[in-house]
Amino acid sequence: MQKRSIIPILYIIFLMLPIYWLVAMSFKTTQEILGGFSLFPQKWTLASYRTIFTDPTWYWGYINSIIYVTINTVISVTVALPAAYAFSRYRFLGDKQLFFWLLTNRMAPAAVFALPFFQLYSAMELFDTHIAVALAHCLFNIPLAVWILEGFMGGVPKELDETAFVDGYSFPRFFTQIFLPTIKAGVGVAAFFCFMFSWVELLLAKTLTAVYAKPIAATMTRTASSAGYELGLLAAAGTLTIIPGAIVIWFVRNYIAKGFALGRV
Amino acid sequence: MRKVNQKAWFFVLPVLILVAFNALVPMMTVVNYSVQETFGNNQFFWHGLGWFQDILRSERFHAALGRQFLFTFLILIIEVPLGVIIALSMPRKGFWVPVCLVTMALPMLIPWNVVGAMWNIFTLPDIGLLGYFMNHVLGIDYNMTRSPLAAWVTIITMDVWHWTSLVVLLCYAGLVSIPDAYYQAAKIDGASNWAVFRYIQLPKMKQVLTIAVLLRFMDSFNIYTEPFVLTGGGPGNSTTLLSIDLVKIALGQFDLGPAAAMSLIYFAITLFVSWLFYTLMTRHDVK
Repeated sequence: MQKRSIIPILYIIFLMLPIYWLVAMSFKTTQEILGGFSLFPQKWTLASYRTIFTDPTWYWGYINSIIYVTINTVISVTVALPAAYAFSRYRFLGDKQLFFWLLTNRMAPAAVFALPFFQLYSAMELFDTHIAVALAHCLFNIPLAVWILEGFMGGVPKELDETAFVDGYSFPRFFTQIFLPTIKAGVGVAAFFCFMFSWVELLLAKTLTAVYAKPIAATMTRTASSAGYELGLLAAAGTLTIIPGAIVIWFVRNYIAKGFALGRV
Repeated sequence: MRKVNQKAWFFVLPVLILVAFNALVPMMTVVNYSVQETFGNNQFFWHGLGWFQDILRSERFHAALGRQFLFTFLILIIEVPLGVIIALSMPRKGFWVPVCLVTMALPMLIPWNVVGAMWNIFTLPDIGLLGYFMNHVLGIDYNMTRSPLAAWVTIITMDVWHWTSLVVLLCYAGLVSIPDAYYQAAKIDGASNWAVFRYIQLPKMKQVLTIAVLLRFMDSFNIYTEPFVLTGGGPGNSTTLLSIDLVKIALGQFDLGPAAAMSLIYFAITLFVSWLFYTLMTRHDVK
């Protein structure tokens, strides 16, 4: 135990405190929450969770979120793969400008796009569908996926491609059988980031949905304001939104450090 | 050297179509609104650059912009050094590494409005953990629905809680790529801790730090959901950041012209400052 490890420990405690409070709150009864302060739940209850798992407007929120996040991740990574390959292997007219333009889309505040997005997707009659949210999130996820994948592909020597072509591999066979397995860590990291940003974004998701594709996070805001102050329910729903992220992060834990550097270290 | 191959455009085409569809169409809509005036009934009239002049002269915009810059400035000067310090003191190998990484990354995977709601519950004066501790244990009057200072401290703390890990993980990625031989050489030379940091660790972290500062700038400058859920811009207008004000104008008052003009000015400022940071931070690489 070194002296300096006190810093990460204090930091992790600081990170865990609000999460602990949310989880503790979700197991308390409403009377206990409003009755006064208690550090631990005095009377454990699963009532809040039961409400969520039995009420379709609640659990469909989770299903909706997972559907559009999955569609978005698949689209983003699939189209980003060939593009990232092109950026890392070839020079072509306007490549630098295009790459920079892609990145500028990450800088646009979502608040700017909310209303035009609503009009655009309404005009295409895609309003309130999962595909609308999935496509809208491509705006910031595709540039990010291209950026990350390009970083990882840059680390693969070009000789790999050349040798494969000399050996008579066609491009699609080379790409799927040799190149993809080589950069699978990069694909995992890119998918993780797409999942993350699509999962946490709410403004666009809320703007583009009403009933059938409403994300869980939006269901929460509505409940918090309309049905009075049901803190226990709110806390339980919040706790459940942490779980998918925690599962996904556990799978990529060994690649996180490299992935956060976008493969460029 | 990369080969010149114009056919590579076909590889980029799907990305180009999807992003252009999502970026250009809405952007043109915004530009369209920004130069027109409407009196309802879907009738629009040419308004020239009037909205831009109004916005640039309006005190409300100046105030929101000032708050936004203050917020982003505080975020950067707290999160970047803190992130570097934490990354430096993290273990490099062993069982605790994945534990640290996973727990630190966790806040970033929580939906943004849940972050706001979570901090709301955490800071409630009488029943929140932090609120109770401040008011009843330390005896400090802490209530962010009344005091602008408390509201500011809370949104800053919330953002530090939410995003410092991004800086930590980026710097950590830079640090683990330093070979042990560098440290051994420094030890033989009798280098101080400061010298190791200044001449070995900092240069190695420079690239990732650039990414960290850029990402933190863009995201904190565009922040909307978390402070909106936590304080709703209040008390008064004290925490009405630029995005919150924009949404108020666009969706609250439905003043599309001014909102569109403000969006474009906002976007231009973000682009310009990002470019400035990028140029300043990579200036020495060219020499």
